[in-house]
Amino acid sequence: MNRPIRVLAVACGVLFLALLLNINYVQFLRADDLNTTTGNRRVLDDQFSRERGPILVAGKPVAESVPIDDDFDYQRRYGFPQLYANLTGYYSYQYGGSDLESTENSILSGSDPALFVNRVVDLLGSDKPAGGSISLTVDPAAQQAAYDGLAALGQNTRGAVVALDPSTGAILAMVSRPSYDPNRLASHDFGSVSDAYKELNDAEADPLLDRSRQNIYSPGSTFKLVTAAAALESGTYSPDTMVTGGPTLNLPLTDDVLTNDVESCGSGQITLTMALAFSCNVSFGEVGLDLGADALREQAEAFGFGDDTYLEDLSLVESVFPADPDEPQTAFSAIGQFDVSATPLQMAMVTAGIANGGTVMKPYVVDEIRSPDVELLEEHDPEELSQAVSAGVAAQLTEMMVTVVNDGTAAEAQIPDIDVAAKTGTAERTEDLPPYAWFVSFAPADDPEVAVAVFIESTQGVAREEISGGGLAGPIARSVMEAVIER
Amino acid sequence: MTMQTEAQAVSVPRKRRGTELSLIVVALLVGVGAYVSVGLGYTGDIPADITAVAGAFAALAFVAHLAVRFLAPYADPVLLPLVVLLNGIGLAMIYRLDLDITDPRLGDGVARQQVVWTFVGVLAIVAVLAVVRDHRRLQSYTYTLGLVALGLLVLPLLPGIGNEINGARIWISVGPLSFQPGEVAKLCLVVFFAGYLVVKRDALALAGRRFIGIDLPRGRDLGPILAAWLLSLGVLVFQRDLGSSLLFFGLFVVLLYVATERVGWAIVGILLFLGGAYFGYLTFGHVQNRVAGWLDPFSDTDLYFQIVQGQYGLAFGGLIGTGLGQGDPTLTPYSYSDFIVTSLGEELGLAGLMALIVIYALIVERGLRVALLCRDAFGKLIATGLAVTFALQVFVVVGGVTRLIPLTGLTTPFLSYGGSSLVANWAMVGLLLRISHATRQPQPLATPLHAEDATQVVRLR
Repeated sequence: MNRPIRVLAVACGVLFLALLLNINYVQFLRADDLNTTTGNRRVLDDQFSRERGPILVAGKPVAESVPIDDDFDYQRRYGFPQLYANLTGYYSYQYGGSDLESTENSILSGSDPALFVNRVVDLLGSDKPAGGSISLTVDPAAQQAAYDGLAALGQNTRGAVVALDPSTGAILAMVSRPSYDPNRLASHDFGSVSDAYKELNDAEADPLLDRSRQNIYSPGSTFKLVTAAAALESGTYSPDTMVTGGPTLNLPLTDDVLTNDVESCGSGQITLTMALAFSCNVSFGEVGLDLGADALREQAEAFGFGDDTYLEDLSLVESVFPADPDEPQTAFSAIGQFDVSATPLQMAMVTAGIANGGTVMKPYVVDEIRSPDVELLEEHDPEELSQAVSAGVAAQLTEMMVTVVNDGTAAEAQIPDIDVAAKTGTAERTEDLPPYAWFVSFAPADDPEVAVAVFIESTQGVAREEISGGGLAGPIARSVMEAVIER
Repeated sequence: MTMQTEAQAVSVPRKRRGTELSLIVVALLVGVGAYVSVGLGYTGDIPADITAVAGAFAALAFVAHLAVRFLAPYADPVLLPLVVLLNGIGLAMIYRLDLDITDPRLGDGVARQQVVWTFVGVLAIVAVLAVVRDHRRLQSYTYTLGLVALGLLVLPLLPGIGNEINGARIWISVGPLSFQPGEVAKLCLVVFFAGYLVVKRDALALAGRRFIGIDLPRGRDLGPILAAWLLSLGVLVFQRDLGSSLLFFGLFVVLLYVATERVGWAIVGILLFLGGAYFGYLTFGHVQNRVAGWLDPFSDTDLYFQIVQGQYGLAFGGLIGTGLGQGDPTLTPYSYSDFIVTSLGEELGLAGLMALIVIYALIVERGLRVALLCRDAFGKLIATGLAVTFALQVFVVVGGVTRLIPLTGLTTPFLSYGGSSLVANWAMVGLLLRISHATRQPQPLATPLHAEDATQVVRLR
C-alpha cells in the first residue's frame, strides 16, 4: 500500500501548492486592484482614519487632519475653505477626493512607495501610518488679491484668475469663483455631507468647477497675442508693418463683415503695434487671413493649445483652435472668436511664454513633497514645455504689449515706476448673454516676475455695454501683479 | 523508501519526547506572542490577564505532552507542537475578533467559549490515548463505528434536537449546548472505511476490463463505492452540507485507492464525484450561487458579500498584513469561523498565511509518514484516512474562502471557532499519535495478532 500513499503525499503537496499560489495571486498580484475597487470599505475606513498629511501654502496648512474623538480619529479641516477649494479639492468619505486631495492621495494618505520606509517604521511601532505633506507654489498674497478682486465684483461673479511665474511655470495664484466650502463635504456627519454634495452639484453656478482650468471660453482679443506672434514669427511682419485699419473688413465667401469696436483704428493703414494697442479686429482679421488657419493653429499649439497633459498635478481640459475653418471663420478665429476656446490657465501661459523670452514653462502647483517627519522627498524642477516664439519675437511682442498699457486699451494695469505689458479682451457671445471680459498681463516688462490672466464669465450689476476686459478685469490683474512684485 | 531504510527506522527507536517538549515551548511562545500582539495592536497595552491566559494555555499543552509521554512515548514528536501552534494562533485570533464582534447570538464571548473547548479538546486527546491502547483493537468495532457515524449524520435531521443554521442542517441542540455531530462522524467513518476495506480489499482489487492501460474495477464490485456516493449525496440533499459531502466521498475514494492500489477506483470515484457535483449544481440553487460567487463575485458585491469581503481582507493584508488587531476583518461575515483564514490573511499577511498553510502541509505529510511506516494494513488505512481528512478539509475550506474553488462550508481545523470541530480534530490527532507510537516503538517479540498483518509489512508495492 505504500506506493498509493506516496502518490497521495504528492497529490496533497499539489493541493497545498495550489493554495499557496492562489493566496500569492490574491494578496500580492491582485492586491492593488482589489484595494482600489470602489466600495472596498476596508481601504476607505483605513485611509479616512489616518493622519492625512497637510497641504501647505507658504508653510501654513490650507488642508490638514486634526484629531477628533470619533470612530475615524481624524477630521480633515480646510482653514481657508473658499480661497483654496479649487486647488485642495475635498476629501469625503462617501464621494472620495477631488483635485489635489485626489491626485496627491498616495502621498497624503501615506501609501506612496516613496513613504515605504516610514510605513515600515510605523508598522514596527504599531502606529498607524501617517501621510506626507505637499507644499504648493502659491503666493498667498497673490491668491488673496485675486480672490478679493473677483469677490469685489459682487457675490454672483463667475470668473477665474491665474498667475504664473514666467521663468519657472510655478502657479502663484489660481482662483475660481464661485467657490465652495470643502469642510462641508469632509464632515463625518454623512447625512449633511450628501445634502451638501447634492446642493453643490445642482447649483446652477457650478461651484465645483474650477473655471481656471476645467472649462474653456472664447479668449476674444487676448488671442490676438497668438495671431501677432504667428505674424512676427512668419518673418513677413514686424511691429512697424502697416496693416489695414478702418471700420470694416469685407470677408470672402460671405456677406459677413468684421468690424472694429473702437474708433482709434483709424481709416487707413496703421502699424501692427497700434493695431494691437487698440485691439483692431479688422487688422488682425486680415493678418489672420494672410497667415492662414494652419499657421495660426501651429502658433496656438506651440503655446499649449490642444494639449491637456501639461498640468501634472491637477486635471485640465485642452484649449482648442478649430480644426478646419473656412476663410471667414479663420478671420474670426484670428481675433479669438468663432470656435477658439481657451482655459484662463492657457491664456496665462501665452502671456508667460512671451514674458519668458518665448519659452513656455510647464505650469505646476506642487513644489515640495515631504515625509511625515518633514524629510524632503521630492522637489519640483521647472520644465520647459515649448519654445513658442524666438527670443527676438518675444521681445517685440513685449514692447507691443507695453504700448497697449501705456497708449492703448489696458491703462488700468499701469503700476507706477514699473513697465507693465498687457492685452485686454472682450469676447462676444450671443445677443442675450453678456460678453466675457479678459485681461492678460505681465510685469515688470524688462524682468518679468509674474504673468496673470483674469477671466470674468459674468457678473451682476454691470451694464452690458460697460463690460470690458480693461475695465473689469484690469484692476484685478494689477493688484495680483503688485502682490507678487511687492512681496 | 527501500526495505532496508524502513527496517533501520524501526530498529533504532528513539522516543524524542524532549524534542517534542522544546517544540511545544516554541509553539507556546508564538501563541502567547500572538495574544500579546493583539493587545498591543488593538488597545496599545499588553492584555492584563496575560499571565493567567499564558499559564492556562501552557498547562493544557503540557497536559497533552504528558499524556503522549506516558501513553504513547514513541509517537511522532512534531505533530503535537504543530497542533498546539495552530490552536494557539486560533485562540489569539478569535480573542482578537471577539473584541470587534457585537453579535448577540454568540452569547458571552466567542473567545471564552473557545478556551473551554480547547480544554475539552485536550481532554479528548488524553482520553483517546488512554482508551485506545492498541489501534488494531478498533478493527473489531468496524461496523459499530459505521453505524455510529450513520446515526450521528442522521441526528440533525431528527425533529426536536436537529437545528438548521444558515441553510445547513448539521447541528443538534441539547439544552444550551449545540454540537455538529458530523465532525465526530468523520473520525468514525475513517475507522469504518479502514476496517471495511482492509477486509474487502483483495476482492475489490480484482481487475475488470482494461481501458487505455488502466484496469477498471469489475462491475459487480461497484456496490460499496455507490453506497458511499449515495451517503454523500444524502448529506448534500438532506443537510445541504456541501463541504462534508465532498469530504466523506473523497475520503472513501482515497482509501479505496490506497487499499486496492487500483488507479481505476480513483477514476471511477472522480467520475462519480463529477456526476454528483453536476447533479447538485442542477438541483440546488445554493450550489449554483456558490459557483457563480466563485466565478465572478464582483458582479454582485451584495449577493456575494462574504466572498468579496474575504478577497478585500486578503488584499488589504497584502504581503505582511496589518498586524493583529489593526485590520478590519469583522467586515467579513463569519470572520471567526468559516472565514478565519481571510481574517488571518488580513492581519498576518501573505507571509503569515503561507506559514499557516505550510503548517497544515506538515501535519498532513507527518500523518502520511505514519501511514507509510505503519506495519499493519488497518493502521495504514486509518493514518492515511486521518491525514487525507485534514488535507481535504484544509483544501476545501481555505481554497473556498480564498476563491481557488467554490465556497463550501467547512471548519478550518484548530483555527476556526467551533467546539465540535476542535474536539474532533484533537481526537483525530490522538489516534494518529497512537498509530505513530505503535509504528515507531521497538518491535514486540510476541507474534502479531493476525498472521495477515505480518505479510502486509513485506508487501511493499
